[in-house]
Amino acid sequence: MSQVKGVLVIGEVADGKLLAVTRELLGIGRKLADALGEPLSAALLGTDSEALGKELIAFGADKAYLAHDPLLAQDNPDAYVAAAEKVARQVQPNVLLMGQTVLGRDVGPRLATRLGTALEPDCVDLAVDPATKLLRMTRPVYGGNARATYVCETARPQMATVRPKAFSAPERNDARAGEVAKLAVELAPAQVKLKVLDRQKKASEGLRLEDARIIVTGGRGMGGPENFKYLQDLAQTLKGAVGASRAVCDAGWVSPSLQIGLTGKVVTPDLYITVGISGASQHMAGCSGSKVIVAINKDPDANIFKESRYGVVGDWKQVLPAFSEKVKELVQG
Amino acid sequence: MNIIVCVKQVPDPEAPFANFKIDPATNKVIPPQGVSPVINGFDEQAVEAALRMKDGRSDVKITVISVGNDLVMDVIKKPLSMGADELVLVQDPAIQNGDSYTTGAVLAAAIKKLGAFDLVLCGRQASDWDQGQVPLVLAELLGIPAVTIAKKVEVADGAVKVERVVVDGFETVQAPLPALVTVSNELGEARYPTLKGIMAAGRKKPTVWSAKDLGLDAAQAGQNGGKVKMLKVFVPEKSSKCEVISADSPAEAGVKLAVRLREDKVI
Repeated sequence: MSQVKGVLVIGEVADGKLLAVTRELLGIGRKLADALGEPLSAALLGTDSEALGKELIAFGADKAYLAHDPLLAQDNPDAYVAAAEKVARQVQPNVLLMGQTVLGRDVGPRLATRLGTALEPDCVDLAVDPATKLLRMTRPVYGGNARATYVCETARPQMATVRPKAFSAPERNDARAGEVAKLAVELAPAQVKLKVLDRQKKASEGLRLEDARIIVTGGRGMGGPENFKYLQDLAQTLKGAVGASRAVCDAGWVSPSLQIGLTGKVVTPDLYITVGISGASQHMAGCSGSKVIVAINKDPDANIFKESRYGVVGDWKQVLPAFSEKVKELVQG
Repeated sequence: MNIIVCVKQVPDPEAPFANFKIDPATNKVIPPQGVSPVINGFDEQAVEAALRMKDGRSDVKITVISVGNDLVMDVIKKPLSMGADELVLVQDPAIQNGDSYTTGAVLAAAIKKLGAFDLVLCGRQASDWDQGQVPLVLAELLGIPAVTIAKKVEVADGAVKVERVVVDGFETVQAPLPALVTVSNELGEARYPTLKGIMAAGRKKPTVWSAKDLGLDAAQAGQNGGKVKMLKVFVPEKSSKCEVISADSPAEAGVKLAVRLREDKVI
């Protein structure tokens, strides 16, 4: 693309509400736009809701685009990519940001290929280089053990998908002025080859992990599925949720929806209590944003003790029941 | 049915990262000496997904492709030992400077050279750079639909039916063949090679192609780098100091921990 200008955030809507990551994108988008001296715009695909458009403005966009087409109704990646391409070609942004969500992971690289550019996924830091004015994109690599910083020198737009919770949402300001515009994105059925046959949403028993302020997570050290009841008890006392490592989910001990980690959920609770978790980087990638990490593990050399604020080295079978009982006494007493 | 599985050789993700070295001059991440590389875990599961479709049938051919230099034969032949039929390797000094987009282009050229196919299977991301882009770039370049993060893959009546992992649940997606599917760990464990498989693999010679064999010049293969340039790779500073709570018994330590957390207003 030539003559590009501005930062464009492509947001997402679920159950009629903006995803939290969309607000976070507007937060970092605003900082980048100001550093570039260019405008910030945001687009929603699959809605024509003026209210949502105004919400994008309230969270910092100078201009909001609503692109609607019946084929966008189903969160279908084919429809989303086709619509995103049309929006990108109309808006001609310098920088294009999306969330690294289920949809974003699919749409991002496909959109970059169609636009003849490249993207860096799952970014945890974005900044405008003061000298070159290029977007510096930093992301975890090697399972979260290291970080890498990239730039896209000439291809446009410069594209990144952003890890949810890596950036904070700005304050809402309904007094902000901005334009909400509808964009035509007529999609042809032939562009949509994927067909969603059905969706089975697991009715979340209690708190969603991403919303929980307190999470108790078990790893392979728990020994078996029957022992997760100890974690459920503790979580209940603390009014929190239970999480699990990938190994535990792969072993079938708990539902895969409990998986926290690089290829699982990323959480940022106030308190993250780990039991029998070694602290491998792929797991830490999902929880390192926690305010306080507490570790119970019988291996004194476990990596988790390098990542946690408080720790007890010992067999959870002896540590946990006493810990849970005292916690119950303290919070309920 | 012709199934193509793309696999990548990566440093062993179980090897402690503390033993890796980062060369700041070249931005190369150097794995520890003496630790054998492996097939990327998710790619092994992609091979498993293909084998599950081949089990009990005589009309399914699985061709495994890998793009890379410094490939170790014992490692890269593992899919054959598991039961895949053919192995194609693309090796060329030019490819090592590229990015996900040039790798996608090289794979697309190799797959086009192989001829007609029904399904391409890939792991969802590689455990070294964790990009997860190559399969999607590849699908775009081949002009075929892509379904990602599969826990179950089935082919019937000219279409692939995929159960995929989404936030808080699963969804079932269908795409007409030819199509590309990326596989995730929820598919389940990949099978171990059998002795019969290992012996058969030993007898097989992989087909080896260069960029030129694929009709690509060095620049297209990645020689001049990709569209994104990596400025640096580094290990971030870790600042947390752990307060280890000890006592005469593990149970007492548990009690002390709770008290400490209450003192610090954590609970």
